[in-house]
Amino acid sequence: MHYVLKKTGVLLATLLLVSLFAFLAFEIIPGDPTTMLLGSDYTPERAEALRQSLGLDRNVFLRFFDWLCAFLRGDMGTSYSYAMPVREVLRGKIAVTAVLSLMSWVLVVSVSVPLGIALVRYQNKAFGRICNPLNQVIMAIPTFFLGILLTYLFGLVLKLFTPGRFIPFRESVSGCLRYLLFPALAISLPKIAKTARLLRASILGEMKQDYVLTAYSHGNSRWLVIRNHVVRNALLPVVTYLAMSLADIVASSIIVEQVFVVPGLGRLLVASISNRDYPVALSIVVMIASVVVVMNYLADILTQAIDPRVRLS
Amino acid sequence: MKKRLLALVLAVLMTAALCACGGGKSQTVQATDNPTGSAGEQAPGQELTVGIAADLDTSLDPHVSSSSAGTREVLFNIFEGLVKPDTDGNLIPAIAEEYTVNETADTYTYTLREGVRFHNGKTVTVGDVVYSLTRAAGLETGEPLVSELGGIASVEAKDDRTVVVRLKASDAEFNAYMHAAIIPEGIDPNAEVVGTGPFRFASRTPQDSIVLERFADYWGEGAKADRITLKVIPDGQTMVMSLRSGAIDMTNHLSASQIADLSDLTILEGGSNIIQALYLNNDFEPFRDLRVRQALCYAIDRQGVIDLANDGHGIPLGSSMIPSMGKYVVPELLDVYRPDAEKAKALLKEAGCENLSFSITVPSNMPAHVDAAQVIVEQLRAVGVNAEIKLVEWATWYDETYKGRRFESTVVGMDTHSLAASGCLARFVSDSGKNFINFKNDEYDETYRKALATVDEQEQTELFKRCETILTEQAANVYLQDAASFAVMQKNVSGYRFYPALYIMDLSTLERTA
Repeated sequence: MHYVLKKTGVLLATLLLVSLFAFLAFEIIPGDPTTMLLGSDYTPERAEALRQSLGLDRNVFLRFFDWLCAFLRGDMGTSYSYAMPVREVLRGKIAVTAVLSLMSWVLVVSVSVPLGIALVRYQNKAFGRICNPLNQVIMAIPTFFLGILLTYLFGLVLKLFTPGRFIPFRESVSGCLRYLLFPALAISLPKIAKTARLLRASILGEMKQDYVLTAYSHGNSRWLVIRNHVVRNALLPVVTYLAMSLADIVASSIIVEQVFVVPGLGRLLVASISNRDYPVALSIVVMIASVVVVMNYLADILTQAIDPRVRLS
Repeated sequence: MKKRLLALVLAVLMTAALCACGGGKSQTVQATDNPTGSAGEQAPGQELTVGIAADLDTSLDPHVSSSSAGTREVLFNIFEGLVKPDTDGNLIPAIAEEYTVNETADTYTYTLREGVRFHNGKTVTVGDVVYSLTRAAGLETGEPLVSELGGIASVEAKDDRTVVVRLKASDAEFNAYMHAAIIPEGIDPNAEVVGTGPFRFASRTPQDSIVLERFADYWGEGAKADRITLKVIPDGQTMVMSLRSGAIDMTNHLSASQIADLSDLTILEGGSNIIQALYLNNDFEPFRDLRVRQALCYAIDRQGVIDLANDGHGIPLGSSMIPSMGKYVVPELLDVYRPDAEKAKALLKEAGCENLSFSITVPSNMPAHVDAAQVIVEQLRAVGVNAEIKLVEWATWYDETYKGRRFESTVVGMDTHSLAASGCLARFVSDSGKNFINFKNDEYDETYRKALATVDEQEQTELFKRCETILTEQAANVYLQDAASFAVMQKNVSGYRFYPALYIMDLSTLERTA
């Protein structure tokens, strides 16, 4: 219990620091929201008036405090670029990115674990010989490029979907999920390769343990030893990795959304940063940071639930 | 363990089932809205999707001068002024049926066309025109929203069809600014987008799309398509894929290299109406010396830039004038600096700048300028000048380079907001707020002022030409090109036309043919 409390404290402190740093980062980078809004012809008085109306003339820490209080109450402020509440701007987009991320994560979990085990089981068969180098190659492809490859292959050659024509949820749920499957593939393929490799290495490491010898001496075959004794132990580091990779997946989805013209948070984040639309950018950054931090937190809790040794140390 | 395995298997099965059921459904969706579609599609009910590279600005207020090029292009379809440009660069009557100018060119009288309606159904009255022009010219606030209209002294309605615009000083070019949008009196254009153009604004989703609908009560010929969705696709590669897949019907936001593998679609080539140059900060120590600036002009081969960075698609420029503004162009200025490495080296030696090195600031979101800068760096290396590209984000470029004038040189394209020559030349007057290159030349200032005050068109044109000549002789900048722009559309889409100046993407003539 003490462990959970301590971790929760760290979680809250991290979130606070992350939002403060994000806030300060926007303060430091050159470019001012007022010049982006006013354009080339404006008088200093008009710029000053706008700064005042946006509250930009006040001390940065005071502004941070106000922003934080409002954010905690669920008020994300008003977008500079769209002159409407950030909540309105984000509406619908959060769901798209969340579905895409979740879908990719489910793909990673459901494919990589059996694949990792199979890689050990058929290590010296043709399967292992082909998969290992292939894994290496897929791991090395940048998500962006993989996205273009998949668009070309599945969209233009096999015509399984129409690249650029996203089908919104409300039009057709299955159509939407089908469209999102391809960006999800682009996100998850490198992760699947990485996770499978990690699991394979973990299992092979476990195989050197003494208890494996004992299991063999009971007359078990190699596969039975792996299935009944090794996999469970070997999964530990993989669970931590999988939990944390959800954060990574959210980050990749931002990039992949651009390639597949998916109207999620990604393009909005990029655009709001270059337009210096801080309320929008900050809200998205803090939301993504929260996902990352919370997933790390859950991974920690989960690991210690699975393995009591972590709690003791 | 067994339970977990079971859960795992279930998860896999579920994913598979999801994909499978998704498959069946959307195939039927694809079949019904296949863009290469059946003969069933007649003129009414046409819907087209057009790809645009950036979302529109926050404010769709047509009088906001800071609007981006992409926003202006679209607003052209929604708003109209008393006059509007046609595809040949002439001004044709729009909301005004006709206009007259007095002899001293300081009073313009416009007669309104009868029965022009706003998108909200109201008829355009003189009150709306007076309101719009007063607002755009800032007559009440003292701060013009549209800086070109700063010369207006008063706007008044003579009767219920006639509006008289009086200027502070003579300006023979004034009519060129009168494409400023007319909006209904008493409407906040930030909140409501109401104009008189062939399309009305229907809706927008931030960073995703904008929907325009045909305005049935348009006074003129009216739009061909009933509904046009503008889809925001910032990545060029993705734009190409979307064209290939048929997700979009047209775009005019692709570069020469990007259209190379789209040869099976319809491609139209036009100018992009910008003045691309290596803009030199005339206050940067080495560039204060005319000989150094001239040396750069001799060292840089603009045709080489066009060939390498734009696959040869571009019109070379000798000075600050958009080539489509025919009568103002001075073709001889192209020959003032013929590429000559020896001469460049000699001039640099004379100026004591043999080991010149400087930075070229380029906005990283504009690949056309980045490519041009890369060619320039190589060309300068040949004469022993060491130039280094500094990529900055657009907001930083705007703040530091343009507003703050803290730069050594930059490759960008400058545009104009009117069909008047002054649009290209006003920024180089010493005390202009837009003179970001810090150009100072007394003869230029005087010639420019004289040109503005000249009523005789011939004489005025000569004076503007003299201004361009001064810019070239003084090597204010190293002028490069007006890069080509391309409209790419599906084989069954036609009717797109280019305009010679300003930012215009005329969607009214775009249509799908069987």
